[in-house]
Amino acid sequence: MTATHELPTNVNQTSEGGQELTSAGVVAAGERLRELGAVLRLSENDALVAERQQVPDDETMIINMGPQHPSTHGVLRLMLELQGETVLRCKPIIGYLHTGMERTGEELTYLQGPTNVTRMDYAAPLFTELAFSLTVEKLLDIEVPERAIWIRMLMTEMNRISSHLLFMATNGMDLGAVSMMLYGWREREEALRFLQEVTGLRMNHNYIRPGGVAADLPDGWRDGVLRLLDMLPGRLAEYDTLLNQQPIFRERLQGVGAITAEECLALGVTGPILRSTGYDWDLRRDMPYLAFDQVDFDVVVGSYGDCFDRYAIRLAEIHESMKIVRQCLEKMPKGDYRIQDKKVTPPPRARIDESMEALIHHFKIFTEGFKVPEGEAYVSIESPRGELGCYIVSDGSSKPYRMHVRAPSFVNLQSLPHLMHGSLVADAVAIISSVDPILGEVDR
Amino acid sequence: MTDIDAQSGEADTPAEIAPETLFDTLLTRSHEQLVLHPTRESYSALLATLHAAGYHSVIDLCGVDYLTNDSRQLPVDIEPERFEVVVNLINHRERARLRLRVQVPETDAVFPSAFNLYPGTEAMEREAFDMFGITFEGHPDLTRILMPEDWIGHPLRKDYDSGRIPVQFKGAPANR
Repeated sequence: MTATHELPTNVNQTSEGGQELTSAGVVAAGERLRELGAVLRLSENDALVAERQQVPDDETMIINMGPQHPSTHGVLRLMLELQGETVLRCKPIIGYLHTGMERTGEELTYLQGPTNVTRMDYAAPLFTELAFSLTVEKLLDIEVPERAIWIRMLMTEMNRISSHLLFMATNGMDLGAVSMMLYGWREREEALRFLQEVTGLRMNHNYIRPGGVAADLPDGWRDGVLRLLDMLPGRLAEYDTLLNQQPIFRERLQGVGAITAEECLALGVTGPILRSTGYDWDLRRDMPYLAFDQVDFDVVVGSYGDCFDRYAIRLAEIHESMKIVRQCLEKMPKGDYRIQDKKVTPPPRARIDESMEALIHHFKIFTEGFKVPEGEAYVSIESPRGELGCYIVSDGSSKPYRMHVRAPSFVNLQSLPHLMHGSLVADAVAIISSVDPILGEVDR
Repeated sequence: MTDIDAQSGEADTPAEIAPETLFDTLLTRSHEQLVLHPTRESYSALLATLHAAGYHSVIDLCGVDYLTNDSRQLPVDIEPERFEVVVNLINHRERARLRLRVQVPETDAVFPSAFNLYPGTEAMEREAFDMFGITFEGHPDLTRILMPEDWIGHPLRKDYDSGRIPVQFKGAPANR
C-alpha cells in the first residue's frame, strides 16, 4: 500500500481504522496472494492469474452488514467488499457480545462453573456443560455412574434435536420461507418442554455438573421422550415436503457457498460444515466419549460442501439423534445419577439433619468448593456445531486457574470469507445461516 | 522452579533415564493425553513435521498466564516462563491428538505465527494476542478480536484487575 493512496472517507471516519478492509486494488498483490495461496491452496499459475485480475478501484465498495442485521443471528458484523452485487472479500468482526466468560470462569468454583459456561452456546447449553464437566472429571480422575452417563447422552441428544430445529427455523426465515420459522420454533418448543420437565429450565440448564447430573430423571420422563419421538417423524416429513421438494428453496441453496474438505481441515472447521464436504468425521463415533460406542447411529455426510448439504445434514442428524434417544430409552440403567464421593457430591438433603459430617461436607462444597488436583487437560465433544473443547489448568485450588473453551462457532466463522468469495449478497445471507454461528459462543 | 529441582534431586533415577521424546521433542503425559514441550525456536519446525505426519488441523490455540502459579509440572530441561501458548492438534487418520505447550517469556512476549501452515489459527492467535498481549510474528492481521480496538490492557493476564473496571463505552469519558 502506498502512503499517497487515499482511503474512502467513510473508512477514515470510523474509529476502528485497524479493522477496516482496504479495497482490493490498494492491497499489495503479495498480501492478496498469501491470503489466497495459503488458504485456498492455489497453485502458482492460478495465483499469477489472480494477480493479473486487478479490479479497478472505483468499482468496488465496502459495506457493513450487521451487527444489527436480522440474518446475522445476533451481533455478527461483516465487512463486505462488493463489486456490484458480488462479494469479493469479507471479514467477520466479532466481540459485540464479549462478556469475559473465561475470566469469570477463573473466579467461580468448579461447582459453579456450569452456570457460567452454559451461557456460551445458548442454543445448545448442555453441550458446554458436558465439556466442562468431563474436563473436571478427567482432572479429578473420577468415573461417573452408568446412569449419569446415559442421562447425559439422552439430554445432549435431545438438545441436539432442539438446536437443529432452531437451525431449520432460522434457515427458513433467512431464505424467505417465513412459515418454516413458525414450524421450526413450534417443534423446538416441544423439545424444550422435555428439557424443562427434567432440568426445570428451558435454557441455561446448569444440569450436567462435575460428578454427574443435578437431578434424576423425573417420573414419567419416558412419556415425554415418547411424545416427542412420536411427533417428530411426521413433522420432519412435512419439512421435507415444504423445503426439500420446493424448487425455489433448492435453487437458493444448491451450489451456493461450496467449500472443500482440505479447506475445512486447514481452517480447523468442524461439525456439519466439515461433514458436508464428504469428510467422514464425527467425534461421537471416531473418538467416543460417554457411551456413544454402545449405541448404533450413522454419521451423515454430504458430497458437494454447499449450503444445501449443510441443511440436509442437519435434517438427517435430527433423525440420527432420535435413533440414539430411542436406544437411551431402552438401555437406561438403574442406579445413581451422580457419583457418591463425599468430596465432590453434596450430601442428600435428609442426611444434613442427622449427620454432622454431612453438614460439614455440604458447607465446604458450597462455600469453598471441592479441590481439584494440579494438572491440565483438554476434553472435546461433538456439539451440534462441531468440536467443542474445554481446556482447564488447575493449580490445586477449588477454582480453575485457567478455563478456556474451544468454541466451534468461533473457528467456523473463519470459513465465511471463503464460502462467500465470488457469491452474491443474497447468497451471503444463506451462507451465514448455513454456518449456524451462535454469537454467545463466538464472543464468550 | 525450585519444586521441580527438589523433585529431581530427591529421585535420582528419573534424571538418569533419558526423557521420553516424540518427533525429537520432550514428551510428557497428562491424564493419558500426550503433551509435547517444544521451545519457541523449534515450534515452527515441529509444526511442519507434524503437518507432514498427518496432523492436518490445529483444533485449538490459547494462551495461559502462569504468573501466580509456580508449581506446574514441566520437564527438567524446560525453563518455565510466565506465558504459555497451548496448541491442540488432531490427526484424523490415526485418531490421535497432541498438545504443544510452549513457554513464552514475559520480557519478550513474541511468538511465531502458524498462519502460513495452518490458516485456521488466525482467529485463535488474534484472541491470544487480545487476551494476553502475546505478539504473533508473521500474522497477517494482528488486531484485537474480542475487545474494542481502543481497549487498554490484556484482560486474561493475571495482573489485570478484574471486577473493578466499569463497562467502557466508546467515546465516554474514561473512568479508570
